[in-house]
Amino acid sequence: MASIPYELGLLLAGVLFAIGGVGVITRRNLLMILLCVEVMLNAAGLAFIVGGSRWGQADGQVMFIFLISMAAAEVAVGLALLLLHFGRSRTLDADALKASERSPSAPEAVGDER
Amino acid sequence: MNVAFALGAVVAVAATILMITRKNPVHALLYFVVSLLASAVVMFVLGAAFVAALEVIVYAGAIMVLFVFVIMLIGPERIPIPGKAWIGPSILSLVLLAEVGWVLAQGSFTGQPAVEVTPKQVGMALFGPYILGAEVAAFLLLAGLVGAFHLGRRAVQDERKK
Repeated sequence: MASIPYELGLLLAGVLFAIGGVGVITRRNLLMILLCVEVMLNAAGLAFIVGGSRWGQADGQVMFIFLISMAAAEVAVGLALLLLHFGRSRTLDADALKASERSPSAPEAVGDER
Repeated sequence: MNVAFALGAVVAVAATILMITRKNPVHALLYFVVSLLASAVVMFVLGAAFVAALEVIVYAGAIMVLFVFVIMLIGPERIPIPGKAWIGPSILSLVLLAEVGWVLAQGSFTGQPAVEVTPKQVGMALFGPYILGAEVAAFLLLAGLVGAFHLGRRAVQDERKK
């Protein structure tokens, strides 16, 4: 029952983070981009856990709890924004965001901000 | 415990790679849940049992439900008829299940990780030196709640205008 070399844990976290980053860059579906951001957050949390386990301190797990609450808030706001965007443009294509800047409905949308 | 760690790590990486290559968000979601479960296994092996449970409950449970809700709202017609999409995640989950069975069969998993950080230590740290952080996290959750409500209300108003 040997303990885990912590380099391996950090390597796993790094690989997961990189995969998530590749997903954010390559996917053009807004929902998939949000999911890949979640992958990256989770990988960062895993790195915290590895660090905490390396030193036998609770700090890593405390940071992970903060990270989970941050992820929950981020997902709530991000998904609300996604629904707002979908309601206006009927698409989830991230490239369509650029096009919607110049769409005729944009000034009206700014106008109803209170 | 190196075998358990390696299995969990391989399943996590495989599920994540399969996830970012799926076309259908629902399939990606399935693979992501498996990836989170595998990460939970890794955390458990690393001696962070409390956080591993949190990962399953909060991440794989609550946050993924939000994604499922949004996929439902975006359009039920896009939800695929269950085809063969369940096979891949099922195989990966079965690997994790076999791993749990293997660990239980060994019968010696009693705090084997090199350093186990107990939930009590985590709680003492969270509400001791990190109490300010806990309060800031509470503010953040409140901000997220208000923000999501505000944006959701505007989405409803936009709907009504049309």
